[in-house]
Amino acid sequence: MATVTGVSVADEVPGPPERSPLSADGAGTRRLGDRLFGGAAQGAGILVIALVTLVGLFLLWQAVPALARNEAGFLTSREWTVSGDHPRFGIVELLWTTVVSSLIAMAIAVPVGVAVALFITQYAPRWLAKPAANLVDLLAAVPSIIYGLWGLRTFGPKYEPVQTFLQDKLGAFPLLSKTSVSGSGTVMFIGIVLAIMVLPIVTALSREVFAQTPVAHKEGALALGATRWEMIRTAVLPFGRPGVISASMLALGRALGETIAVTIIVSTLADQTVWSWSLFNGGETFASRIANNAQEFDSPQKAGAFIAAGLVLFILTFIVNAVARIVIERRKAFSE
Amino acid sequence: MSAADTAARAPSAPSGGQSSSGRPAGGRPAEPPPALGHPARVREARDLLASVVMWAAFALALIPLVWILWTVVSKGYHLLSEGQWWTNSQKGITSRREGGGAVHAIQGTLVQGLTTALISVPIGVMTAIYLVEYGRGRLAKAVSFMVDILTGIPSIVAGLFVYAVWVTTFHFQRVGFAVCLSLVLLMIPVIVRSTEEMLKLVPNELREASYALGVPKWKTIFKIVLPTAFSGIVTGILLGLARVMGETAPLLILGPYSKSIATDLFSGYMATLPTMINQDRTESLQPAVDRVWAAALTLILLVLLLNVAGRLVARFGSVKK
Amino acid sequence: MAKRIDVSDLNVYYGAFKAVEGVTMTVEPRSVTAFIGPSGCGKSTFLRTLNRMHEVIPGGRVEGKVMLDDQDLYASGVDPVAVRRTVGMVFQRPNPFPTMSIYDNVAAGLKLNGLKGKKKLDDVVEKSLKGANLWNEVKDRLNKPGAGLSGGQQQRLCIARAIAVEPQVLLMDEPCSALDPISTLAIEDLIGELKSKYTIVIVTHNMQQAARVSDRTAFFNLAATGKPGQLVEVDDTQRIFNNPSVKATEDYISGRFG
Repeated sequence: MATVTGVSVADEVPGPPERSPLSADGAGTRRLGDRLFGGAAQGAGILVIALVTLVGLFLLWQAVPALARNEAGFLTSREWTVSGDHPRFGIVELLWTTVVSSLIAMAIAVPVGVAVALFITQYAPRWLAKPAANLVDLLAAVPSIIYGLWGLRTFGPKYEPVQTFLQDKLGAFPLLSKTSVSGSGTVMFIGIVLAIMVLPIVTALSREVFAQTPVAHKEGALALGATRWEMIRTAVLPFGRPGVISASMLALGRALGETIAVTIIVSTLADQTVWSWSLFNGGETFASRIANNAQEFDSPQKAGAFIAAGLVLFILTFIVNAVARIVIERRKAFSE
Repeated sequence: MSAADTAARAPSAPSGGQSSSGRPAGGRPAEPPPALGHPARVREARDLLASVVMWAAFALALIPLVWILWTVVSKGYHLLSEGQWWTNSQKGITSRREGGGAVHAIQGTLVQGLTTALISVPIGVMTAIYLVEYGRGRLAKAVSFMVDILTGIPSIVAGLFVYAVWVTTFHFQRVGFAVCLSLVLLMIPVIVRSTEEMLKLVPNELREASYALGVPKWKTIFKIVLPTAFSGIVTGILLGLARVMGETAPLLILGPYSKSIATDLFSGYMATLPTMINQDRTESLQPAVDRVWAAALTLILLVLLLNVAGRLVARFGSVKK
Repeated sequence: MAKRIDVSDLNVYYGAFKAVEGVTMTVEPRSVTAFIGPSGCGKSTFLRTLNRMHEVIPGGRVEGKVMLDDQDLYASGVDPVAVRRTVGMVFQRPNPFPTMSIYDNVAAGLKLNGLKGKKKLDDVVEKSLKGANLWNEVKDRLNKPGAGLSGGQQQRLCIARAIAVEPQVLLMDEPCSALDPISTLAIEDLIGELKSKYTIVIVTHNMQQAARVSDRTAFFNLAATGKPGQLVEVDDTQRIFNNPSVKATEDYISGRFG
């Protein structure tokens, strides 16, 4: 069991001796004050449920008429003609760009984020640990439009030669082949910028779980003569694995839905562009397609098509976040 | 990371470490203890390599932070040092012309941010109170789950939702208040989670002490629990405010840019710093480009100010135990 | 103002688990009654039923009767909040409100229940702090935070806070277990003084303390592991310690188990 979940240490360590926090004690009474206050609190909770439900329902309700008139396969088509009597639109290209750029971001952000979390919790000298954590958190505080601006005007030009180099040397691989897109507005580059943006998310949660590794297990490993790195591999990483997984899922959710930075950076493709699997192609994510056309929502049919795309994005992030939640819950179940 | 990982997969970890990690024994077959001398040096080298990788990862993470801040500061600071940046709007200023200020956008960002907070804070704090102090059973589980989902809602989807309600269903205009509503969706989960965490830190002994004095539960929460958690809650609110003030995506759908000062949330367009940046981001004329960077710096300063304020409140406002 | 407590056939539950079974006893007014017994025997759980604090824990409920003079605490229509104003409680670990000054801690019960008027509050605070033997130590720093006091002073502050709302009964749940010997002595002296005005029930794991401070002693025990705790016997402290009528009591007191 423990080998599957990676929380081998957690279920062997008894929790703190005190009573667990009595979440929701039974001290409420039928007094007016208690009923009003308790009712208001419960009402706020129900409002939150209602809000999320309404988001789903409203998007569905607005999307269905547009989908009904759509003459192309919504899940299979690359077309995007949303006005006129014969709307034809599909999301396959949006899906590809969204998912691939987010996966590139994960491939970079997870290892680096975990390493940074290990640095902060295990390697950094005491005086540096806290400032280091704050600095990485600062990355999360920078608004995404600034990432977009910086990516477009500053980072992009510096990255271009690297991309050209890769295309020249490795262009034989379909994933790295040359495309009609010149410049840095490629899926690959969005992935890199997204990686920087979600890095603090991976780091923050990972370092929290790493810091909770029981001292007894770390010392146990060290007492057996393990080096620090061996101690981390045998005690810290297995203990923190569920935390890293859920952190990655949360980061993935953020990357999938990131809008303005992607919108600013990515090169949109002209209609009828020849399809390419290359990561050096341009394209649009769900979010950037919606954002790029925000000023054109002038008819319910047009808006409906974009709302349908938004609905798919909502479902995608819903699934990813639900998985993250389940991983966290399972970890809780094992550590209590 | 991956290089170090591969390196350490080599079979020389101590056998004791295996059992404490709970790894399957079959994953790394039992082997004779390493001979003294050479293998020990290999292990040390791997340990050193891992240290280097960790330090390098941290340095790597700092590069974009420093680079971004340097870029924005160096390109934006000279406009901020001009007085008119803080007093004038962009009314009547074209991309070719220098001059004008950002006061319309700063004001819009502040007005929309504060309005958003005004709506989100009561809902968020009350939801957290429900989850920590009242919620039990399936409803509490459902609320908690929905807060997580809300945390993950992409901001563009929040904007689309409000558009679907506000514009296509009720046929209202795109105004500042609609932006606030979409930002509320993004701010609520931040406040719920941070408040929840703070309320859980309040020891139960304090609640019990209050009950034992014959104080009803609602008064206990209001007068004992909330004041004890106050600074932490304020920190969460400030961080949430920082997040929504830097948000752009819903504004693209709901809050078109305007060059003049606007104060009415319910009619007309209202400028904000993010939309001011977005407006001219594709410009190549130097006066406009300068203003974009200056607006970016202004936005970063605002957001950082809120972050720093939040951390200071957390550090100095917390109750001494 | 002290009142008598009559408990008859009380069962205490945590959800489906029966923690204490069939307690019938009387607590005399203006006296100190000590509850002793091995850990886990339900003495603290039972104590918390006397001011309806037990039901604060999710799933906590009781069967049976607790009479305060002629008022059944568990009768329908009785407000547990009102019960707790009549039956005060002091906890194992000192728990002054960290956001409040010494003055506000003592006045908390009255202020939170709506009492206003500075003169009246000043009087109550002074009277309560004097009653808790703390006035002389803190009278010059009433506006300092209560958390800045020593452990023993904090516990006396909590006693002052409890008696400020003028309860008729004072429940103490191992009030000295987190304190050093000198502070313990101060609290024990205080208990001796308070019993002239209040009915006092004290749970203690320290038999010498029970012998020192109490007039009557109740011994609780578990019939077996996993079984509910029960009241073995209750009698004058002298008799319990010198000539108990049940063998288990004698074994416990002479240190053969527990």
